[in-house]
Amino acid sequence: MREPILNMSGLNAHYSDFQALYGVDMDVAEGEVLAIIGANGAGKTTLMRSITGLLQNGAGQIFYRGQDISGLRADQVASLGIAMVPEGRQLFPSLSVEENLIIGGQLGRKGPWNLAAVQKLFPILEERRNLPSSALSGGQQQMVAIGRALMANPDLILFDEISLGLAPIIIKDIYEALPGIIGEGMSAIIVEQDISKALSVSSRVYCLQEGRVSLEGQSGTIERADISRAYFGIE
Amino acid sequence: MDWVNAVVQGTLLGGLYALFAAGLSLIFGVMRLVNIAHGDLIIFAAYLGLTVTMTMGVHPLLALFVVVPVMGFFGYVLQRGILNQTLGDDLLPPLLVTFGLSVILQNGLLEIYTADPQKMNAGALETASIPIGSLSLGVLPVLTFAIAVAVIWGLQWTFYRTALGRAFRAVSDNQDIAQLMGLNRRHIYGLAMALALAVTAIAGILLGIRTSFDPSVGGGRLIFGFEAVIIGGLGNLWGTLTGGIILGVAQTVGAKIDPGWQVLSGHIVFLVILAVRPNGLFPRVSG
Amino acid sequence: MNLQEYNVTRSSQAARISAIIGVLILLILIAAPWWAGRSEMRLMGEIFLYLALASLWNLMAGYAGLVSVGQQAFVGFGGYMLFALTIFAGLPPVVAIGAAGVLGVIVAVPMAVLIFRLRGAYFAIGTWVFAEVFRLSFAQVSSLGGGSGSSLPVGIVRSIASSRQGREWLSYWLALGIVVLVIAAVYLFLRSRNGLALTAIRDNELAAGSLGIDIWRTKFVVYVVTAGLTAMVGALIFLQKLRISPDAAFSVNDWTAFVIFIVVIGGIGTIEGPIIGTLIFFALRETLADLGTIYLIVLGVVAIVVMLKAPKGVWGLIRARFDLQLFPLGYRVQHSKDKKGP
Repeated sequence: MREPILNMSGLNAHYSDFQALYGVDMDVAEGEVLAIIGANGAGKTTLMRSITGLLQNGAGQIFYRGQDISGLRADQVASLGIAMVPEGRQLFPSLSVEENLIIGGQLGRKGPWNLAAVQKLFPILEERRNLPSSALSGGQQQMVAIGRALMANPDLILFDEISLGLAPIIIKDIYEALPGIIGEGMSAIIVEQDISKALSVSSRVYCLQEGRVSLEGQSGTIERADISRAYFGIE
Repeated sequence: MDWVNAVVQGTLLGGLYALFAAGLSLIFGVMRLVNIAHGDLIIFAAYLGLTVTMTMGVHPLLALFVVVPVMGFFGYVLQRGILNQTLGDDLLPPLLVTFGLSVILQNGLLEIYTADPQKMNAGALETASIPIGSLSLGVLPVLTFAIAVAVIWGLQWTFYRTALGRAFRAVSDNQDIAQLMGLNRRHIYGLAMALALAVTAIAGILLGIRTSFDPSVGGGRLIFGFEAVIIGGLGNLWGTLTGGIILGVAQTVGAKIDPGWQVLSGHIVFLVILAVRPNGLFPRVSG
Repeated sequence: MNLQEYNVTRSSQAARISAIIGVLILLILIAAPWWAGRSEMRLMGEIFLYLALASLWNLMAGYAGLVSVGQQAFVGFGGYMLFALTIFAGLPPVVAIGAAGVLGVIVAVPMAVLIFRLRGAYFAIGTWVFAEVFRLSFAQVSSLGGGSGSSLPVGIVRSIASSRQGREWLSYWLALGIVVLVIAAVYLFLRSRNGLALTAIRDNELAAGSLGIDIWRTKFVVYVVTAGLTAMVGALIFLQKLRISPDAAFSVNDWTAFVIFIVVIGGIGTIEGPIIGTLIFFALRETLADLGTIYLIVLGVVAIVVMLKAPKGVWGLIRARFDLQLFPLGYRVQHSKDKKGP
């Protein structure tokens, strides 16, 4: 059994007095697409922030390629090859569309993704490259956010609720493009409230409920009834 | 004609004030920090220049080559060593720490150099003038103004055309997400302060050539810089230049009416603008 | 858990004890002219005045979030109004002190309207600009001595009290009276609904606003009232000094730097903090003041270290360790069997 690219072991996450995650155990295998589903407040974004180093937790709880990254700063985690498409897009308003993409490649990691490749994937971004990012529609901003993460040529890419606030047709387009985007060799975690979309692109799924893992299974074969129970915490 | 002369002199003086203000404006733009010790750092640079000219026997303008890098380095260390710890939502720590820094700087300078007024000697540069029509423009004020314009142009270019400037803007927009891009915000803030103090060093040397200074005058320079920023509007360096010019003109015209009214006229114009255009004349961000 | 057994109360045993001790101390202080020497009384008077200034600055910065580095504007204004009212309007000095306070309030109103357009650190520098405007303006008033200042005429000095000892006793009692007035005013204000609003604003301005608390008006009241009381303290300061000049009246070091250090080191945002801070400040001054500039550098370093390592000051450290509150402001839940409480 190959070493997982990412491993969470008994992860407890706190915001000052408030505990958001309770002993979360999770694995991401190399090259796999993992889905994490759960209701609002289940702890999904806390998990993402913990992995990327935006939220600091105790030592020995998060391992990347065998290395303990629990105490690392966010910029240190980024340099190891983990990138995130943040919840709510969070583009830089003072930067143009093109500058938002360029800064994604700040670290200069080698790989297939560069400005030209991202603009080929999302041609509208080349067309609007000098506009301030706030001038774009929600779906286009999501493309910029995804492109920005890709520019880092990450080995592990996190998508945090990319369907939030977007029209169904846009969501459909983005999810259809996703397998091609993730491509060969890249590992991915997809965090979603939209269960069917999450299952459609992933091989495995975890469900979080009130800070705990309530279910784990194969995306293709998991039972809807099991998911509902785990999602809502109904016995 | 005298009035035209006053306006021209005021405009050139505005260049110096814009230099006082540029560093202040930069730091506020990148990290929302207002450095109460800013004026004292200008004076500190002037004293550094004084020491360099006296020990190395060089012209004050050549001292720039030493003082600018030294101040830049000092700014990086200051930011990473002390000021980074004060950043956050609470506005008290940066204010009180920079206030403490101001007191330390003033009294440290007093201890080392005494309260005697000092001035750097730039030789012929100080009295040379260019006659234009019936006006006589001092070479030093014109040079100062030209340097101010060049510095502001340089800062704008850095902000909007370089990777460092992109990093400054990203960290200022959203420091969390900027870190996801691999930007170490503590290092970026250090670089911003280094750049600001390098500009401050230029301002200090030019001030030290132009007038006499002593350890207690830092507060006044901070206030002039601050007034230039507020008059011109936050977040806009060219606005800061304009603010400096308006302030300079207000002061020289006021001085023409009554020499004791020079500084007061500047304050009054500032208060009037604060009353009618609280966001300044060309704002880009709100305070 | 039986809810009947619990009650919500403000006071605690520590607060009750310290209230009794406080009254005793006050009585002892009132009697000082009979047990203290002249220089001790002068020192105590100075301590009272600094404590008053510190408590007021703390109310603005620690509770209302208004950090001013320009309170010297009102100290000097109060001083100059004392001189002007006694010399030109013939008011008795003690009355002039009160009038200076009222004038301070009046002059602070338009200032507040202007300066509230600035926020945070820009607000702070703005207050400094105002102080500079005052200093430069008063330096232009030749009838009050212009740039070099003037002394209080002998006749007015005599009208305070007929003997030097009488003047010293009266100055001392006035200083004691003002600091008691200021601390009482601050304490009662913070216990009132306005004070509660202030604490809410300090903790979370957005939430407070959404509860209908008028943030602007609350801060405005604090700024203006503080200005008036600061002017009164300033009037008394210069009544004692018998001489005023623009640089002394509007000195940043004397009336702002020292005050800020007192509050920061003692503990910002508490009533007890300025008391401790003033005592520490004067202890340091009596031992170190010979060192002049070194003393100020030490103050600056201590203030920075305190701000970075112990932002709640000395009182904050004590409070965290012992959960004490001598001036009862917060509510606590107490078990009825447990009347002793912390």
